[in-house]
Amino acid sequence: MSVNSNALGEKKLKGRASLTDTNLLLIITIAVFIVMYLCAIIFLGKGFTKPQMFFNILNENASLLVLSCGMTLVMITGGIDISVGQVTCLVCMACAVNLEMKGGNVLTSMLIALGIGLAFGIVQGFLVAYLEFQPFIVTLAGMFFAKGLTTIICSDRISVTEPGFEALSKTEVSLPFIGSYNKAGEFIPAFAEIGVIVALLVVALLFCLLRWTKLGRNFYAVGGNNQSANMLGINVKLTKFLAHVLCGLCAGIGGYLFFLHARSGSPLHATGAEMNAIASSIIGGTMLSGGVGNIVGTLFGVLSLSTIKNIVTSLGLDDPWWTNITVAAMLCIFLLVQSVILARKNNNKK
Amino acid sequence: MTTSENELSSGNSAKGFFSKLVSNQLFIPLAALLLLVIFNLIADPTFFKISLEPSSTGYFILSGNLISIIDNASELAILAIGMTLVTSASGGQDISVGSAIAIAGSVVLRVVKGYSDGISGGEFAGIMIGAFLLCVAVSALFGAFNGALVAYFKIQPMVATLILFTAGRSIAAWINNNENISINDMRFGYFGNFLPAIPIPTPVFISALCMIIIAVVLKVTNLRLYSQAVGINASSSRLNGINPKTIKLLTFIILGVCVAVCGFIKVSRTSSITYAVIANNIEMDAILAVALGGNNLGGGKFNMTASILGAYVIQFLTTTLYKFKVSSSAISAYKAVVVILLIIMSAPIVRKWITDQKNKRAAARLRKEAA
Repeated sequence: MSVNSNALGEKKLKGRASLTDTNLLLIITIAVFIVMYLCAIIFLGKGFTKPQMFFNILNENASLLVLSCGMTLVMITGGIDISVGQVTCLVCMACAVNLEMKGGNVLTSMLIALGIGLAFGIVQGFLVAYLEFQPFIVTLAGMFFAKGLTTIICSDRISVTEPGFEALSKTEVSLPFIGSYNKAGEFIPAFAEIGVIVALLVVALLFCLLRWTKLGRNFYAVGGNNQSANMLGINVKLTKFLAHVLCGLCAGIGGYLFFLHARSGSPLHATGAEMNAIASSIIGGTMLSGGVGNIVGTLFGVLSLSTIKNIVTSLGLDDPWWTNITVAAMLCIFLLVQSVILARKNNNKK
Repeated sequence: MTTSENELSSGNSAKGFFSKLVSNQLFIPLAALLLLVIFNLIADPTFFKISLEPSSTGYFILSGNLISIIDNASELAILAIGMTLVTSASGGQDISVGSAIAIAGSVVLRVVKGYSDGISGGEFAGIMIGAFLLCVAVSALFGAFNGALVAYFKIQPMVATLILFTAGRSIAAWINNNENISINDMRFGYFGNFLPAIPIPTPVFISALCMIIIAVVLKVTNLRLYSQAVGINASSSRLNGINPKTIKLLTFIILGVCVAVCGFIKVSRTSSITYAVIANNIEMDAILAVALGGNNLGGGKFNMTASILGAYVIQFLTTTLYKFKVSSSAISAYKAVVVILLIIMSAPIVRKWITDQKNKRAAARLRKEAA
């Protein structure tokens, strides 16, 4: 009896400890987002109070959201994938060429996008998981490979005018009850692009995957401690492999969403997207050391990042370099916070 | 049992020379170089022609593919020096070197442009020295920033340098207000092109100087021993009285200085700067050079000669690809394939598999002989 209650108490304690660990970072993220949005409302006027402004942020960043979710998965297992940005670029170019020059339709272009994403995921996952290379080196090579391949396919900008695709990309979903009133007092519902729906669907699916499935728990276990996960009978290699495959798939989907939004293919598309995705995940409370992370946090990470970008541009600092510098500064701050938290945790253990 | 082992070892010593050759760290870059040379000889024998021709300034200069390879590889060779040290001590690579070169070049141009209007010869030399020193200081500062994140905050090197990788080119543009600055003074181009009356490009001399300096430093100081010790096991080296944090920081600062020299050469080559393009993809080449030199990318022991040789091999590869009309942006795809092949070859698992196969075969042969 006493043993039983002891075990129960331990379990409770452990549960609470991990709760504070993950949730502290999540709470920080949500707080940062709210503070930032309030700042935007206070300093930049009423534009930010309109629901449409909020949905515009989502409209513009649907692809980043999906990319970040994939990145979060890989980072939870303790890896990283910096090829996603250039894979996005490659997907855009391949789809554009398929639609404009090879007479493809929406379906073939979607298949191409998913195929490219899966191919990158499988190859990189195999190299990382089964041949045990550093994920950074492998995905750096993947990034440059995708970059080169994009310009080999076509080195110019291609605008897509295929009617079926255009109809799909211009589809807007009006939201019930959410919207604003114009000067005449008419109700204008806020709208979201179709990409946002897909992105939110991906978020929901991955959230369920991480929360309630065996695979999701395995991701955390592998990231938390490789060896003990192995001793628990988890197939560590397969888990890492699957994380990279899912991330590749997310890159394919995210790439197609980017393509839907941009309606063109160009070697300059999605430059620095991998950086934004990593920054969003880190801001969202995913630890680089693995084992800690949350898809909801990533969602808020993307929102915070996009809000601060909007603030920077609305402040009149619209010279192209300011957004990059702000993102880098934010990433730096959050990395330092993580490092401090980690150091404190280690001290507590001692 | 013992006899079979003895026979095995004697069989190995018979092939001793060959296996020693293969296991030498210089073997991979030299073999790659030989492969490229043979390939080029077959494809186009005139590839290696060197000629002495008058340049636009009236002096005779050497020209030819070989000269341009040695010339253009200078920056990479200098970077490989710093990158090898960083790899050895911290077990990761700095991916911000390209962006940092943009910053260094931008600093040089700003200083020279700001002070050089209507100035006599002697003062111009002073300005050049001042610009160089400032650019070294700035680059060392950024190196220290990266190093502090890695050493004191224990962030993985590649993620820590990702910050500067993103922000670097933007900072470079910001330094000069995104203006396209170009320097008209002929003397500014001496360091990236040719000195008057000397037929060999100046960067060759600069890189040679850097190599001599690093050779002396490695010979005289304990830098090699310390950084290897930190890379192999940081906590045990700390117990032995080495401060791993200082060593890591120091290697990043050294890389910063290398970056400054590269930036100086780069802007001197064209007397101008394009923020988005300058030293594009050079981080990939620098890492590739270290990998090609057979150095373990996970830290620890290193061979500086092999890394530098690796840099020249990569430039050889690049020039060969250019020769076959591969566009400059598509080259990265081919290089990525080379990287993947290299890391597959150097992977511990694959190596173990190969040695296992070898041992199996040897054992099988022994059994056959015994029968």
